[in-house]
Amino acid sequence: MIDFLLGPFIRNEFMARALAGGLLVSLSCAVVGTFVVLRGLAFIGDALSHGVLPGVAVALLFGLPGMVGAAAGSLAMILGIGYVTRRSSLSSDTAIGLLFVGMLALGVVIVSRSRSFSGDLVRILFGEVLGISWADVAGQAGAALAVSAVAAVCRRPFLLLCFSPEQADVSGFPAKRYHSIMLLMIALTVVVSFKTVGTLLVFGLLIAPAASAALFARKVGSMMLLALAFGATSVYLGLLASYRLNTAGGASIALAATLIFFALLESKRILARRRA
Amino acid sequence: MSSPNLIEARGLSAGYGGESILSGLDFSLRPGQTLALVGANGSGKTTLLKAIAGLLPPLAGELQVLGAAPLGSPSRVAYLGQFHPSGFALPLRVAEIVRMGRFSAHGLFGKLKKEDDEAVREAIAELGLADIADMPLNALSGGQRQRVFIAQALARRAELLLLDEPEANLDGTARATTRRLFDEAVSRGASAVIATHDIEAAAACDYTMLLARRLVAYGASAEVLRTEALLDTFGLVGRAEGDKLVVLGREHGHDCHE
Repeated sequence: MIDFLLGPFIRNEFMARALAGGLLVSLSCAVVGTFVVLRGLAFIGDALSHGVLPGVAVALLFGLPGMVGAAAGSLAMILGIGYVTRRSSLSSDTAIGLLFVGMLALGVVIVSRSRSFSGDLVRILFGEVLGISWADVAGQAGAALAVSAVAAVCRRPFLLLCFSPEQADVSGFPAKRYHSIMLLMIALTVVVSFKTVGTLLVFGLLIAPAASAALFARKVGSMMLLALAFGATSVYLGLLASYRLNTAGGASIALAATLIFFALLESKRILARRRA
Repeated sequence: MSSPNLIEARGLSAGYGGESILSGLDFSLRPGQTLALVGANGSGKTTLLKAIAGLLPPLAGELQVLGAAPLGSPSRVAYLGQFHPSGFALPLRVAEIVRMGRFSAHGLFGKLKKEDDEAVREAIAELGLADIADMPLNALSGGQRQRVFIAQALARRAELLLLDEPEANLDGTARATTRRLFDEAVSRGASAVIATHDIEAAAACDYTMLLARRLVAYGASAEVLRTEALLDTFGLVGRAEGDKLVVLGREHGHDCHE
């Protein structure tokens, strides 16, 4: 039984690397995802995770590191959303939607010029968790550390921002500045994690574990810890399923995270009914 | 522009997106004084209060709060807004929300001290929240939430209180408690600007500004709160007598049910 559960990670270095990388993605996503869920930023998180696509595609075409392209794509997305909301009376939702569709389409158009169109697209969208290197894991660790440090330093303004942006402003923490920092944290998490779980699936790890944690958490700190626990469990279960059932690694992780959410939601409902 | 006033406005215009709602306002407030902003919905009360709080930049004119531009001294000003749209999903207890009122005094890194805990405890006790201090915000009624937000504002122990409809959702007892607490803060030297529909609450303030997307009247409350000025502000002035409303004045076009 122990061999069934742990053997793949002990015997295969690529599985150990995938687990280490995935657990670090879970840490970044737990910290950032908690604020994404509490502030209702899921749509922009989704848009950012797609916004990196054209950047990555251009980088691939020119033989540059994908992460550089992903960073440029995220930046273009954030600046584009700001441009539309400043220059029109449209809501940020509409601006995000516009950029989301535009960037995704641009990415697909660029990738379609590539000879290995479908292979590249699948790689960008769903990642190659089983093919990451120790250098990728180190980069992921750096990002997790950076995101955690920023969240620790900015805990007061972030808390106020979740409570009321006006209260953040009048407390001496400019809401726009800290909102931008939060967006950069989401972007960093997406950029660094896309190689592991892909641009599409990083969004799953950003939202599902934090949403599961929100069902039970009584404090913001405990919500982050629970999100980390649910995210780490998803990574482990997803990788194990991928190895044993020969399924796609990134997709298995994101699916596990989503299934955990629905299982917890239903358990909570049943428990509440029994108590009543 | 330098003066002993806590608030000093000269030719102030305030509004949203470059569109002015109130313009040409001249007023000031000294330490220990209170000012009521009175008007119907959409009259500009909240707009002016937000401009004083620094949430809206002045469109024209000059505005100084505590001798500097608004938002210059966050720990000396407390602002109670009308809406807390994103607060209800937060996994936060009442005591933690009140504690957030102390953040402005310590910035990003300053450690909260004994006096901060004392201010939080005192505000919780004064607003009658001790029994629900460990409850999450989303489990509270509208009136209880409003008391939590008031406690957060009072916990700041600020010199200037900017209060937007502070009695919204409160029952009679909570309203009386809140008024007493604001009076006590003022007697300790604080000043307050209160946006309200309540003429009785305005009458208790030193000064009143009547607004109707323009300045209708401004001066000592006893002089400003007269039927003609209120008629100009609200379009209708009445008085409750038993279960009847006696209309004292009505502008053309305003309907009422007596």
